[in-house]
Amino acid sequence: MRIDAHGLAWAAGGRTIIEDVDLVCEPGTVTGLLGPNGSGKTTLLHVLAGLRRPSAGRARIGGDDLHRMRGRRRALRLSLVEQDASTRLDLTVRQVVELGRVPHRGRWQTEYDDPVVEQSMRLADVETLADRHWSTLSGGERQRTHLARAIAQEPAVLLLDEPTNHLDLGHQIDFLARVRGLGLTTVAALHDLELAAAFCDHLVVLDRGRVAASGPVGEVLTDDLVADVWGVDANVVPHPVRRRPHLCWNDTLDREVRA
Amino acid sequence: MGFALVVAVVVLGFSMAFALGVGSVPVPVTDVLAVVARRFHFGDLGVSVADDQIVWQMRMPRVLGAAAVGAALAVCGAVLQSLTRNDLADPYLLGISGGASVGAVTVIVLGVPVLGLLGTSAIAVAAFAGALASLGLVLGLAAGRSGSLSPGRTVLAGVAIGQVCAAYTSFLVIVTGDRDAARRVLEWTLGSVAGLRWGTSVPLAALAVVATVCVIGISRQLDAFAFGETSARSLGIEVTRLRWTLLVGTALVTAVLVSFVGVIGFVGLVVPHMVRLLTGPGHVFLLPMSALVGGILLVWSDTLARSLIDGREIPLGVITGVVGAPFFAFLLRRHTGGAE
Repeated sequence: MRIDAHGLAWAAGGRTIIEDVDLVCEPGTVTGLLGPNGSGKTTLLHVLAGLRRPSAGRARIGGDDLHRMRGRRRALRLSLVEQDASTRLDLTVRQVVELGRVPHRGRWQTEYDDPVVEQSMRLADVETLADRHWSTLSGGERQRTHLARAIAQEPAVLLLDEPTNHLDLGHQIDFLARVRGLGLTTVAALHDLELAAAFCDHLVVLDRGRVAASGPVGEVLTDDLVADVWGVDANVVPHPVRRRPHLCWNDTLDREVRA
Repeated sequence: MGFALVVAVVVLGFSMAFALGVGSVPVPVTDVLAVVARRFHFGDLGVSVADDQIVWQMRMPRVLGAAAVGAALAVCGAVLQSLTRNDLADPYLLGISGGASVGAVTVIVLGVPVLGLLGTSAIAVAAFAGALASLGLVLGLAAGRSGSLSPGRTVLAGVAIGQVCAAYTSFLVIVTGDRDAARRVLEWTLGSVAGLRWGTSVPLAALAVVATVCVIGISRQLDAFAFGETSARSLGIEVTRLRWTLLVGTALVTAVLVSFVGVIGFVGLVVPHMVRLLTGPGHVFLLPMSALVGGILLVWSDTLARSLIDGREIPLGVITGVVGAPFFAFLLRRHTGGAE
């Protein structure tokens, strides 16, 4: 399903967090949402998830206004993997994944051995953990469980908020490769430019709430952009093996000036 | 899990039958069952008039009422704990006990008639009115102009209003009450089902059943709160509407309970935790199971309350604490090996 947003803005307590954001995600593509801390990535993602109503502009999913839909209908089209969502309840992995079926089930309907749950666990590689309890899972296992829950919602659009936080390199690559393999329209807020360059089709770079650049990976990720937005002196060169843009950073710009 | 529910129903039935036999005139369980069977038209097995009077007219309303109150308190507690993601949430969260105390204590200490009523009916009406007033204040304070009830703010508003109410009742008892009034206030505050008759315990039982069935219907929405409010909303739950409905709904149920039986602590706080340790956090089982365990706990507590000391009632709140706490401690210890 296609996502298109025009002129999105969101403000809290008189402070504008994002402003004038345009964004188009074609069906089946992976869009990386980049930007420094506090640039508005999570806010934009929450607006796109329908959790926050924009103060200006509008966002559509498959042609329908995202913020005029009922919550349940929206939950059938898109799912969100939050940053660091945790619980103190003693849930098993299967019970967490079953939460993804909530929007699909009627009030008095109880369904056991839902095939979608089993398949979602397989796709996220957590089927061997099905009966493990949340509190016993590692960071990578928790993240994959969240992904399985999101898949179980059977969405057309997947929104991920810094999904590779706290994961080691191997798990980061594995997680994003898995997400790509799903073939869903995906928007992922990412911190790691290297991972974004490797796994995204398009990039949208936010700086202080505004779009600083957007487009295909190769066009967006340049030496100048990294210097402007992150204040880092870097050289973007082709990756020796994968041929995708590869970032070699040297130092932050202000430190360089001081030296 | 279904099996556990069946077991709980059987245990509740047996507990009630046993409780009906206990008292100044002991009645064997077989005779208790005969009385119940005759009253439900399952056949006459030869019941003496005295047994029928004692079991059906005197004890049954009280035992049924205890089960209903325990069930309703436990269900309200379970719902509020999930909704606010607060382990310490209990049915009196929204200042219900404080407000009800203001009403009840005013009547007990000053002896003023309410709507032309005196005694227990006046206390009930005043307690209910007080509970509604404090609920209104808490909701107003918590929601403010935003209209959204954040759990944290709601809990704090409940605590604040509760403190004001406690200050008022203490002042009233100390300054104007005599020693007898102080004793009666303390008794009311610790709860009792001794005053229940058929006319009150049947509506209470109906309330408990309806409340339990209603919340089982939203159990999946409550499940969706496991990872917090944002996660619930992303699963399509209309969080603000659900929160208002459930906070106000459980508060009204609690207000009714308080006005009939006073404040009975511990049940609504701890029973849901006990049940979570036994059946896990899924609400489809947690809610009916909490109702049954709450009923069982209160039936036994009330039986002890009226039989431990000859000719004297021990306040229910004292018993629920003494009976419930050790069992809870046992469950907690058994489970600390596993999680976290």
